[in-house]
Amino acid sequence: MTADHASWLIKGVELVRHGGLEVTDLLLAGGTVTAVEAGLSDADAHVLDAAGLIALPGLVDLHTHLREPGREDAETVETGTRAAALGGFTAVHAMANTEPVADTAGVVEQVWRLGRAAGHCDVQPVGAVTVGLAGTRLAELGTMADSAARVRVFSDDGRCVADPLLMRRALEYVKAFNGVIAQHAQDPRLTEGAQLNEGEVSGRLGLAGWPAVAEEAIIARDCLLAAHVGSALHVCHVSTAGSAEIIRWAKSKGWPVTAEVTPHHLLLTDELAVGYDPVFKVNPPLRTAADVAELRRALADGTIDCVATDHAPHPVEAKETEWSEAAFGMTGLETALRVVQQAMVDTGLLDWPGVADRMSIRPARIGRLAGHGAPLEVGGPANLTLYDPAAPAEAVSPVGASKSRNTPFAGMALPGRVVATFLRGTPTVLDGKLA
Amino acid sequence: MKRHLISAADLSRGDALLILDTAEELASLADRPIKKLPTLRGRTVVNLFFEDSTRTRISFEAAAKRLSADVINFSAKGSSVAKGESLKDTALTLEAMGADAVVIRHSASGAAHRLAGWVRGSVVNAGDGTHEHPTQALLDAFTIRRTLKGGTRETGLDGIRVTIVGDVLHSRVARSNVLLLSTLGAEVTLAAPPTLLPLAVDTWPCAVSYDLDSELAKSDVVMMLRVQQERMTDAYFPSVREYSRRYGLDAARMARLPDHAIVMHPGPMNRGVEIAAEVADSARSMIVEQVANGVTTRMAVLYLLLGGTEFPEVAP
Repeated sequence: MTADHASWLIKGVELVRHGGLEVTDLLLAGGTVTAVEAGLSDADAHVLDAAGLIALPGLVDLHTHLREPGREDAETVETGTRAAALGGFTAVHAMANTEPVADTAGVVEQVWRLGRAAGHCDVQPVGAVTVGLAGTRLAELGTMADSAARVRVFSDDGRCVADPLLMRRALEYVKAFNGVIAQHAQDPRLTEGAQLNEGEVSGRLGLAGWPAVAEEAIIARDCLLAAHVGSALHVCHVSTAGSAEIIRWAKSKGWPVTAEVTPHHLLLTDELAVGYDPVFKVNPPLRTAADVAELRRALADGTIDCVATDHAPHPVEAKETEWSEAAFGMTGLETALRVVQQAMVDTGLLDWPGVADRMSIRPARIGRLAGHGAPLEVGGPANLTLYDPAAPAEAVSPVGASKSRNTPFAGMALPGRVVATFLRGTPTVLDGKLA
Repeated sequence: MKRHLISAADLSRGDALLILDTAEELASLADRPIKKLPTLRGRTVVNLFFEDSTRTRISFEAAAKRLSADVINFSAKGSSVAKGESLKDTALTLEAMGADAVVIRHSASGAAHRLAGWVRGSVVNAGDGTHEHPTQALLDAFTIRRTLKGGTRETGLDGIRVTIVGDVLHSRVARSNVLLLSTLGAEVTLAAPPTLLPLAVDTWPCAVSYDLDSELAKSDVVMMLRVQQERMTDAYFPSVREYSRRYGLDAARMARLPDHAIVMHPGPMNRGVEIAAEVADSARSMIVEQVANGVTTRMAVLYLLLGGTEFPEVAP
C-alpha cells in the first residue's frame, strides 16, 4: 500500500450534495476533505480531472464474506478487499462464518488486523451470535464488542438464529453496547434440502422448492421480537415481495428494523437456473420477476435501507458440479455499483443521492461505523468513490481481483465504471486499477 | 432431433413420432430368431449409473447390444466416484475413452444437463433426481399406442385420457410423461394428495385432481407411481394405509375403469401400497409389456441419436 499522503485535487466532479448533483472541485489532504468549491487550485496536489464523474461517499458493504481465516483458497482479506476497493467500497463488514468461526474476541481481532494490514479498505468484523454458529448458546458478544475490533453487528449469517428464545435474548443483550442483530431469515424446517425458489421453475426442473414463507415467517417473528424488547434488528438479503411488505409494516409502527437487499436479487430471477449452472445457486435463492420488481420498489422508497453484496466467493470445484452438490453464493463486490445503476438508476427508480444513501450513508449508520458514510463536506473523512455512469455497458469478466470467479454477471453487459476510490484521502483505486 | 435426450420437452411431436415409429420397426425384428442388428457396430455406449437401477441399466444394455454397440457399464459403487471424483472428472474420463453415447442415471436433478456440457457424445438421461426420465415416457407412450391405437405409424395419442396417480412432486416419470403425452395429444390428469403435487402444477399442460375415484370412469390409461415409504416421515401423508385407501389402485377401483382401459406402472412396484397384487397381475396390467417395450424404445433412441447405419431390414 502506498504511503503517499500527498493531497489530491479532484476537478470538476459531480458531487452528491444537498440532495442533488453539483459540479465542483474537491481538495483532499491529511485524510479529510479540506475544501469543496469550484475553481480550486493547489500547486502541491495531485490533480485528477473528474469531469463527468460522480463523487459518492465511499461505499460501505454490510455483508461480505472474506473467507479468511479458513478458506483462503476461496478468498483472503487481501484479495477480497482489493475487489472491494475496485468496486468503490471503502469499508466492508466481514461475516462471521469463517473457520474458525468469528465467535471470540481473538478471531474478530485477527480479521480486523488483517484488514488494517491489507489497507485497501476498512474491514469491520461481524461477530457470530451463537457459538460456532450452532444456534444453541450465545457467543461472548460483549467481549467482541469491547475488543479492538469494536464489533457492533452480530450475525450467524449462512444460518438462521431459528430458536425464538435465543433470538430474543440476543436482541436484548446487545442493547448494552448499541449492537444490532443481523438475521439470516430462513426457517430451517421449511427449507430442508431446498435448492431453488419454490414455484414454476423449481417444479419444472425438479429441484426441491425453497418457499418464500420460510423467509417471511422468520422476518415477521423477528420484527415482533425487536419491537417487544426494543432492540435493533437488521434483516439480511431480503429476497421476496412478502418480506418487503412485512418490513414496510414494521417500519410503519416505528419499530427499530432495518434491511438490506443484494445486487443479484435486484437483477436476476430463478429462470436463470434452467441450465442447472450452480453459478446461479445462492442463499436465499433467486426469486421471480415479480419479487425483483417489488424489491426495487422497496429499496427506492426506503423500506429496504441499503444494498449489501453478500459477496460469497467459492473455488471453481465448488461450482463445477451438479446443482444440488454445489455451494451457495455469488461474488458481488466488483459489480455492485454497476448493477445498482442498471437496476435502480437507469430505470429511474433512484437518483445518485439515493445511491449514496443506500450504499454508503445508511449501511454505515446500521453498521455503527465511524468515519464512513458521511457526506463529502469540509472537515469530513476523505472516503469517496468516483464513478463514471456514462461508461458504455461492457460485458463483465469472470476474472477479477477476487480469488474466486463465481460471478453470476459474467458475460452480462453492465453500465458504468468505478474510476477511483479514496480511503482517508489516499487513492486505493485510480483509473479503474488498484493504486 | 437434438443431439441429446435430456428432457421430454426436447422432443417435438415429429421427433416423438419418429422414435415411436422406429421402435415399431425394431419391434417387428424382435420376433426373429436372431435379434441382433449390426447398425451400431464399433460405436461405444457407456452406461453411467450413479444410482442403483438394475432394471433401467439392463434395459439400456440390452438395447445397445442388440444394435451391436460396445457397452461399458460404469457404476458409481466401487469406482473412483465412490472415492470422491467429481462428475466433471468422470465425464472427462469417458470423453478420453471415446464414448459415442453416455446413458446417465443420477440422483441429482440436472446431472444429465451438466454432463452434456462436458462431453462430445450424445447424452441420454436415464433419470436425473426428481427431474425427468424421458425414455420411460417414450416407452409408456409406445405401450399406450400399441395397446389402444394398434401401434399405427405416424399416429399420436390424440383423445386418449391418461391419469397419473401418486407422488408427482418427486417423480421424474411423471414430469416426463406429462410433457411427452401432452405433446402427443393425450389429455393428462394428475391425481394425488396436494402435498405430493408441485406448488405451481397449474402451469403444467395437464389437469389436476385430488380425487382418484372421480377420474376412474373417464380414464383410458391409469399410470400408478411408486410411493416411497420415507415420504410419510416428511409428513406428505399420515400413513401408508391411508395413502393406499385414498390413492391405491385396488380391484374395486379397477372395476370402475372402462373395459378397454389399461393399468401401467414404471416399476418397481410396492404391491399392496399404490397397487394391489390382483391389479398388477390382471389382464389390464401392461407392466410386463412396458419392460419389453423399454428395450425396443431405447434401441430406437440410441439408433436415432447415434445416426446408425445399415438398417436395411426396416426399410419401409
